[in-house]
Amino acid sequence: MKRRNLALSGPYLVWTAAFIIIPLLMIVYYGLTDSTGAFTWSNIAQMGTPERMKALVLSLILSLIATAICLIMAYPLALILSHMKAGATGFIVTIFIIPMWMNSLLRILAWQTLLERNGVINQILTFLHLPKLYLINTPYAIALGMIYDFLPFMLLPIYNALEKIDQNVVNAAYDLGANRFQTFWKVIFPLTIPGVISGITMVFVPALTTFVISDFLGGSKVLLIGNVIERQFTQVGDWNVGSGLSLVLMVFILISMAVMQHYDKGIGEGVVL
Amino acid sequence: MSTKLIDLQHITKSFDGQMVLDDLNLYIRENEFLTLLGPSGCGKTTTLRILGGFETPDAGRVIFDGEDITGLAPNKRQLNTVFQKYALFTHMTIAENIAFGLRIRKKPESYIKDKISYALKLVNLDGYENRMPDSLSGGQQQRIAIARAIVNEPKVLLLDEPLGALDLKLRQDMQYELIRLKNELGITFIYVTHDQEEALTMSDTIVVMNQGYIQQIGTPEDIYNEPENAFVADFIGDSNILNGIMLQDKLVSMQGVKFACVDTGFGINKPVDVVIRPEDLELTAIPEHADESSEEYQRAVRRITKFNPGFMTGTVSHLIFKGVHYEMEVQSGGFEWLVHSTRMFPVGTKVLMSVDPFNIQIMNKPASEDEEAVGVEDI
Repeated sequence: MKRRNLALSGPYLVWTAAFIIIPLLMIVYYGLTDSTGAFTWSNIAQMGTPERMKALVLSLILSLIATAICLIMAYPLALILSHMKAGATGFIVTIFIIPMWMNSLLRILAWQTLLERNGVINQILTFLHLPKLYLINTPYAIALGMIYDFLPFMLLPIYNALEKIDQNVVNAAYDLGANRFQTFWKVIFPLTIPGVISGITMVFVPALTTFVISDFLGGSKVLLIGNVIERQFTQVGDWNVGSGLSLVLMVFILISMAVMQHYDKGIGEGVVL
Repeated sequence: MSTKLIDLQHITKSFDGQMVLDDLNLYIRENEFLTLLGPSGCGKTTTLRILGGFETPDAGRVIFDGEDITGLAPNKRQLNTVFQKYALFTHMTIAENIAFGLRIRKKPESYIKDKISYALKLVNLDGYENRMPDSLSGGQQQRIAIARAIVNEPKVLLLDEPLGALDLKLRQDMQYELIRLKNELGITFIYVTHDQEEALTMSDTIVVMNQGYIQQIGTPEDIYNEPENAFVADFIGDSNILNGIMLQDKLVSMQGVKFACVDTGFGINKPVDVVIRPEDLELTAIPEHADESSEEYQRAVRRITKFNPGFMTGTVSHLIFKGVHYEMEVQSGGFEWLVHSTRMFPVGTKVLMSVDPFNIQIMNKPASEDEEAVGVEDI
């Protein structure tokens, strides 16, 4: 690297070292030592308790479901948007982005108000003389929160990937005899895979590690792995076990990223937001 | 070469209230190399897209091989398109690109394999089966696009400015390639371009279009030598276009000078457009010291008036060497004449300009505003 480049990237390198690399190394250190500072695997093994395994499995299931539903909803929407005229697209994309300008905590609190035992939805049901529903503090509520929170992160990369496709490439497929279905599966979808991969990554990873959504919409009844780790740090105060559990979660994230990379092999450049 | 393969009848199309094609009628014969030529916005690409099925005309019919295909989807038509900027499938290998249409039609794999190697040989790219499109040059990608279209054995190949993105040398090579391909395949080519040289080089028939109207249909020789109006004359090659008055059959007046010509049937004292190609103007230098009464001047006049009693005097104002010829501008009677000649006349030379009657092209003035294609320089 040239000296000038090094000087220019200096501030960022310092930032990275101070707030990313050193904290990561500290997590690794805490995760692999006990309170006396001696090396141990026991913090990692702490993940094996039935309660924590349940939280991890539930986290994986819910974030997979949320990712899948986001994909199923976002792809058709992105397709429709990419076929609309410029002005109309801008309007609808803006509508989808406006919630992202608000603090995520506020959005989740809004859902809490809607889903509560005496919340807006149940009040409407009561007014219609229908029985109340148990909405809040269920895994469904958490999944709903995840989908609501992360849908734009799935929509935008797919929309970008679709926008980049030259209309003549699509016309070429029709011209060569493909019907709409064949054109979609053989040409359009493969060309948007980088966008789909970005979207999946940007929904799955935050969904897997969230503790805010499960805190507000799951109460204390439904624990995700994010909550378990958070409690180790904030309530139990055992940094060693908390770090050990974080390391395990990190391994799951790295595996999922590796799988994504595998599918993304060499198909154009990745689409980033 | 006689049967009508495609017949476009009364095609009309507008976008957002803007008329792009207005009652276009055109037929295309089997095995013809037909070029739609015109400036951007003339409707040539829209015509091609209507043929390909990517646009539906507002009115009119497209007849293909005796059948009305106006509303037929692109994937059901027996023609294939080579798109501008290639439009290859970048996520597939070259072989997969070429095989695309055949796999859609569920041809056996052995047949597909033969077709791929046949097509790659035809476009001189054998051995490229497993390359990705992005690793090929523009010219190579264009040939793959052609290969991908022709393996489907279409009756007609539509080409939308396929050489537009290539550099000059490559474009000229590809012109020969395309003519060779057309002859080897024995299919109809419909070619869209704004490049008049490309059109003249390759076509059997040229259709000159402007502002949604067909200006002229003819062989390259017809279009070049006998342009029907000022637009065609101006668009195809360089030309001098000026106002004239057809005094009677075979006699036209330009800038107050009477010239013999060969055109008849325009009537008496009718205002017309006169076109003279720059290479058809003959220049004769007059020595500095010679005035009109001198023997030298009179001898020159006698010599040139043997062919045409009309001539003009002027002064060379610009001179550029163009390789094969010199390009000069001659000021005469307030008009700037463009002259091509293999002989050089330095700037400032006084010259006599004459023209063979056969090389004066008389055209009717456009009848309406709509048809007015290009502003003819007023004199």
